[in-house]
Amino acid sequence: MPAVELRGVGKTFSSRNGRVDVLSGLNFSLNNGEFLAIVGPSGSGKSTVLNLLAGLDRPSAGAVLCQGAPVAAVNTGIGYLTQHDSLLPWRTVEQNVAVPLELRNVDRPEIAARVRDLIAQVGLEGFERHYPSQLSGGMRKRAMLARTLIYDPPVLLMDEPFGPLDAQLKLVLQAELLKLWSARRKTVVFVTHDIVEAITLADRVLVFSPRPCQIRLDESIAIPRPREVHEVRFHPAFEEHYRRLWAALEAPVRRPS
Amino acid sequence: MSTQALSEAQGEPALNSSSRVWLYRAIFLVAMLAAWQVASGPLLDPFWVSSPAAVFKTLVTWTASGQLGYHLMITFKETFAGFVLGATAGVLLALLVGASDTLHRTVDPFVTAVYGVPKVALAPLFIMWFGIGLAPKIVLAAISVFFLVFFSTLRGVREVDQKMVDALRTMGGGKFAVQRMVIFPSALPWLFTGLKLGLPYGFVGAVAAEMMASNAGIGYLTQNSAGQLDTAGVFAALFALMLVTTLLNEALGRLESWIFRWR
Repeated sequence: MPAVELRGVGKTFSSRNGRVDVLSGLNFSLNNGEFLAIVGPSGSGKSTVLNLLAGLDRPSAGAVLCQGAPVAAVNTGIGYLTQHDSLLPWRTVEQNVAVPLELRNVDRPEIAARVRDLIAQVGLEGFERHYPSQLSGGMRKRAMLARTLIYDPPVLLMDEPFGPLDAQLKLVLQAELLKLWSARRKTVVFVTHDIVEAITLADRVLVFSPRPCQIRLDESIAIPRPREVHEVRFHPAFEEHYRRLWAALEAPVRRPS
Repeated sequence: MSTQALSEAQGEPALNSSSRVWLYRAIFLVAMLAAWQVASGPLLDPFWVSSPAAVFKTLVTWTASGQLGYHLMITFKETFAGFVLGATAGVLLALLVGASDTLHRTVDPFVTAVYGVPKVALAPLFIMWFGIGLAPKIVLAAISVFFLVFFSTLRGVREVDQKMVDALRTMGGGKFAVQRMVIFPSALPWLFTGLKLGLPYGFVGAVAAEMMASNAGIGYLTQNSAGQLDTAGVFAALFALMLVTTLLNEALGRLESWIFRWR
């Protein structure tokens, strides 16, 4: 059974300026423990796919399945790491990380223990009592990652999580994500517009076309794991992957004549 | 915190900027009072404008006789009770109305219409309904506070960051959890703005009702002094009222900065 499956999914947004087909007839699936990256131009519907999987949006056509069951309401079996900062500013780091467990009515001592454990895993020791406004962008991402991992969702959705960070910090966080992922083997859907990041992290990369989105390329990455994030680009297979992904991204838009 | 550290680091020798401002305030106050005292007599008839000395004397007499404390306490009780009632109702209703777009759009024109009525104009009605005791003053204070807190909180509820709501829902939060963990805390700064705006209006409501029909409270004291052509008494009552609102505002401000220490 695939962990995530989209069957003939279409999504149309209507606004005052008319209707926009963001997705139409989109099909793909991924297996348990697979790390999938999606790249594509801005506005190609990458984030819409994640919102559909999270159940925050409904498809206009087709079916979205998660763990074999159609996504009918907000999907609490996933962890969603958005591009935007969604930490609660009035809670400290440890209080923020504790939110999912509080929502599940976990006992206080257990919450405290698991929060401590996860804060250590994402490298935020010493900042437990800090408010988000006192943290740097990278530390806020770490806190959000801890908050997502603490309730152990089988599927992780990540929407350009390292987008606004500087290149070096990005590498550090990618390395830590890979480490956490290899320890837990979650199914990941990772949206990015950085081809290098996609090749570095993923088992498979989908290239989306401009909307209405179609899959231009479904590329399996042949670089063995465990990977070193700063070494991946020197692997013999990297260049070929990069060339093919770039070509697919750059392909001229076919317009109906 | 950081700005404080900064000014300490710069190490101003005698006075930092905050205590300098306090000094200027004191100078301003003394200058105003002195001008009043000097003008009263040679320039202006003390019968109409009284003088700081006369007002002070009245305040001392009233304090000594316990009169001031008694009337202040009455007005304070009315305002406080009205404030708590009005603010609670305002917050609860704003949370309720803000949770549903349809409900919000349905009731909005009605609430706005009632809001437009000058609250003081309702005083005769409340006196008719509730007599001349504490009740009509509490109700008028409550109504005055209610609208400000309601509109302000509602605004805060409507402006909540949808991304935080979505994040909480994907983490497994239900409607009630979203209200408690996201909507209420994020509307809290707006709520406080409403409370701070509402406080003086609560006093206005209570005092206005006292002036119309009462035998106690600062409003009564003002009215009574004016009836006896005692200008110093009127000023003394107003001064006492000013002092109380200032103190209450200060208390609210402290509470606010404690609650929003995360900013």
